[in-house]
Amino acid sequence: MRIFDPHIHMTSRTTDDYERMAAAGVRALVEPAFWLGQPRTSVGSFTDYFDSLVGWEPFRASQFGIRHHCTIALNPKEANDPRCREVLQVLPRYLEKDGVVAVGEIGYDSMTPEEDEVFAAQLALAVEHDLPAMVHTPHRDKARGTDRTIAVVRESGIDPGRVVVDHLNEVTVARVAESGCWMGFSIYPDTKMTPSRMVAILQEHGLDRVLVNSAADWGRSDPLLTLRTGEAMLAAGFTDDDVDRVLWRNPVEFYGQSKRLDVSDLLDVDATFEGNSILRGGS
Amino acid sequence: MNLYDSLTAELTDTVWLDTALETVARQPAAVGRLFPAAGRRCGRWALAGLPGWTVDDAARVLLLTRLPVEALATELEPLYRYGDAAEKRAVLRALPLLPASEAFEPILLDALRTNDTRLVAAALGPAAASLPDAAWRQGVLKAVFMGLPLAAVADLDERADAELATMLGGLVEERHAAGRAVAEDATALLHRLQERVS
Repeated sequence: MRIFDPHIHMTSRTTDDYERMAAAGVRALVEPAFWLGQPRTSVGSFTDYFDSLVGWEPFRASQFGIRHHCTIALNPKEANDPRCREVLQVLPRYLEKDGVVAVGEIGYDSMTPEEDEVFAAQLALAVEHDLPAMVHTPHRDKARGTDRTIAVVRESGIDPGRVVVDHLNEVTVARVAESGCWMGFSIYPDTKMTPSRMVAILQEHGLDRVLVNSAADWGRSDPLLTLRTGEAMLAAGFTDDDVDRVLWRNPVEFYGQSKRLDVSDLLDVDATFEGNSILRGGS
Repeated sequence: MNLYDSLTAELTDTVWLDTALETVARQPAAVGRLFPAAGRRCGRWALAGLPGWTVDDAARVLLLTRLPVEALATELEPLYRYGDAAEKRAVLRALPLLPASEAFEPILLDALRTNDTRLVAAALGPAAASLPDAAWRQGVLKAVFMGLPLAAVADLDERADAELATMLGGLVEERHAAGRAVAEDATALLHRLQERVS
């Protein structure tokens, strides 16, 4: 099983996790910029964090053969702090980096007017920098937050096929499916979504435009829940090809829209693993 | 063969590169957007004709060499400061080709503080001429610690001195006491330095 985790906060994970993930089949990941648990109070601590997402973390991942990409943004929670607002001014520099494959995580936390402004401004940045957008949905008042998210995405003029709306559940999935946006699911040990509930959603809604991630961070979470979801899919009768589609081809398709995703040599390795040398020029 | 010829000899399309090089000479501020884009626009493979260099390294170094001197003073530091690892490495590789400046030393010291082998190696290349001796010795020792091949260190034997020999001797002694191996190139360097004294 080859796994692309489209949402995982490796900054908060240990090197042992990289080792376990590599052994479990994780070969590529996207690390979205988000809240670090401790509120930040200046632009400088954001730029140091962004530097790590385009510098140190990709290096650490590469030690285990894992390809690291990231998304960059001012997250919704800290968008409410006037001391952090100036982060918007430094984003254009980072949105030009090779490893940056989307603007994110953006969206709503408490649905304040400040969050409205920062969300809209960053969707505009996604259009300007020709990048997809990665949108977080709020943990409180989620259903109405998801509706409002879809409305703001529609108003922004960005192609909904270039937007993933994340942390969905049984209540919010249908409206995102109708919107044309991609549907993200964060598999957690016992909160947002579990492997068995994920399988039921896939059975009902199909595999189109679905991204399954571990969203592992500094809270109770598990970077191997992508693998566990793949195993649960197989146990429920999905094929190996279905699992490959959800855990590899779908994230490659979504983030590939950035034209900066670089998994070509990983695909090459896989082709030889499967005994198919076509990608190596028939040699 | 110069850097431009070495690079373009292996590119099928040089339109983006040529346009970018002309642009930064005329409008230096444009380098902020062109410098990070060089990898995805030109490629990232290893140049066959220039061992140790990749396409994006060469393209970025060329962009820096085409910047007017007065623009370098304002653009170089932010390009390094906000660069991803590949961009930072390109700045380090460009330093020996640019007019010497006081701005070089802090950039090199920053690279030596990282734990990224690509940046440490680049800082110990020809650019290391701008490093003070104490920082250079620590850099060489760090390279040994990180398992970097000492072939990456420019002017190693010319610059290595008795102080480096003492520091390296201490490291080798600790490793031996712990029953751990020391890279052959490091013990060979130590032997050469000790022979010089005797």
